[in-house]
Amino acid sequence: MNRRFVVRLAWVAIVVAYLLHNDLWLWDDSGLLLGVPVGLTYHIGYCLAVAALMALVVRFAWPDGLDDDPPTGR
Amino acid sequence: MTLTIILIYLGLVLGIGMLSHRLFRGTGEDYFLATRTIGPFILLMSLFGTHMTAFSLLGASGEGYRTGIGVFSLMASSSALVVPVVFYTIGPRLWAIGKRHGYLTQVQFFRERWDSDALGLTLFVVLISLVIPYLLIGVMGGGMTLSRITHQAVPSWVGSILVCLVVLGYVTYGGLRGTAWANTFQTLVFMILGGVTFFWIVDQLGGLDAALAKVAASHPELMIRGDKIPPMKLLSYTCIPLSVGMFPHIFMHWLTARHASTFRLAVVAYPLCVAVVWIPSVLLGVLGNATIPGLEGPAANSVLVQMIDKHAPGLLAGLLAAGVFAAIMSSLDSQVLSLGTMFTQDIVRHYGFHDRMSERRQVLVGRLFVVAILLVTFLLSLVTDRSIFKLGIWSFTGFAALFPIVIAAVFWRGSTKHGVLASIGSVVVLWTYFFVEGWSIPGYTIGGSGVLPVTAMILVSTIVLIVVSLFTARPEPQVLERFFPQQRNVR
Repeated sequence: MNRRFVVRLAWVAIVVAYLLHNDLWLWDDSGLLLGVPVGLTYHIGYCLAVAALMALVVRFAWPDGLDDDPPTGR
Repeated sequence: MTLTIILIYLGLVLGIGMLSHRLFRGTGEDYFLATRTIGPFILLMSLFGTHMTAFSLLGASGEGYRTGIGVFSLMASSSALVVPVVFYTIGPRLWAIGKRHGYLTQVQFFRERWDSDALGLTLFVVLISLVIPYLLIGVMGGGMTLSRITHQAVPSWVGSILVCLVVLGYVTYGGLRGTAWANTFQTLVFMILGGVTFFWIVDQLGGLDAALAKVAASHPELMIRGDKIPPMKLLSYTCIPLSVGMFPHIFMHWLTARHASTFRLAVVAYPLCVAVVWIPSVLLGVLGNATIPGLEGPAANSVLVQMIDKHAPGLLAGLLAAGVFAAIMSSLDSQVLSLGTMFTQDIVRHYGFHDRMSERRQVLVGRLFVVAILLVTFLLSLVTDRSIFKLGIWSFTGFAALFPIVIAAVFWRGSTKHGVLASIGSVVVLWTYFFVEGWSIPGYTIGGSGVLPVTAMILVSTIVLIVVSLFTARPEPQVLERFFPQQRNVR
């Protein structure tokens, strides 16, 4: 796959993740999920999902060429 | 018992910091940046420990007590996304430029990026003004925690001076390497102790289900976000963690990485670390309503200490105090060292010696400044009142509003020094305006709309930067060439 396309895809995924942070549909839901209020369970799951997303981002969309620089100093 | 545990803990931290001195190479770059040899795990722990303060233990539980479970979405999961994205976007790029040109400080980078001493000096003053309240909060927080946990047997100033002396010991002796090692140990300590405290207290309360059911019956509003956190506030609050891109102490840790790829672990694991620290803090705060009812206003911040006092005095109280000290010192050390580095490099070396200063003298001056900063902070802590703690969020707001500058520095060749100076000016003016308007109003948002000042400030500082840059002269081509070499293809 074209690298530029993968980087763009990564940014689309990051924007989608940002939008999903606003879980309006759970705002007033006091039910429990996995033993804690669902509004909290969602955001704990969100942290795990972001970690998984960032693992894909650093695997497939890491900036090229940064480690190749000769250490010239001043 | 409590005091013994704390003293043992402080001795351990000091020992770890001192041990790192065995690797000291005697150069300025080694003292200030550990010769850029820090690996992925220590970088992750240093960045996370530096970013998290005592607020993530005491403040988070206090907010959980007052506001309920929604605090996690407001302050924790928003950082879990924004901070790693900032690390990914600019961290390795700044590291690469810093390594190529031998930069030691944030001010040095910005000054040379736009080839302007005036810009460097302006940023230096603004950054220091925003960091100083944080130093004070750390030193005063240490004193107050120790005093509270020992039932006022130990006066506040003793805890403050203990924090200052231990940090002074390992920062002046061990430099950045000592700070990174001590940070790693301390970050592990407060992550583990937060979890231990949680499981111990929840067990004492008869299990999580029973304890939550009790709170849900008496305070159902704490189980949802409802009116306590309006949706617009949640959206607006995601701007606050952008501050991580402009913190001088975070910038300093970025420069210490061994390779660009060293950042990968921090980018991936940061959301998990946030969850590990904030889940117990917020939940314990919420559960506090069942066991310690009736805490009003700032008193709610003591809910964790009071719960431990009630359910697990002695050993756990001592361990929790050690955890709070760990969270405080792992931020204070990096802030103090970054200020010392900026004074040495950007004022004394740049203006006094015109960049001709021996390595030994740089290290000596750096150490003396660390001593001076801690001494002044300690003296100020004796005469400052508790309202300083309210400055925390305002400090974050200021750093976040400066974020467009670092994006322009890394990605926009067309940005100009006048654009950046105007942008900084807009931040100073708006910050002052909102500060005067909102200081006395708890949870202030613009016109009560739920929009935090930080959102408006980022918007304005971005527009000012773009518009003024479009009408003013770019840096010379040879300056731009240093930061955007044509032959390299970094996307």
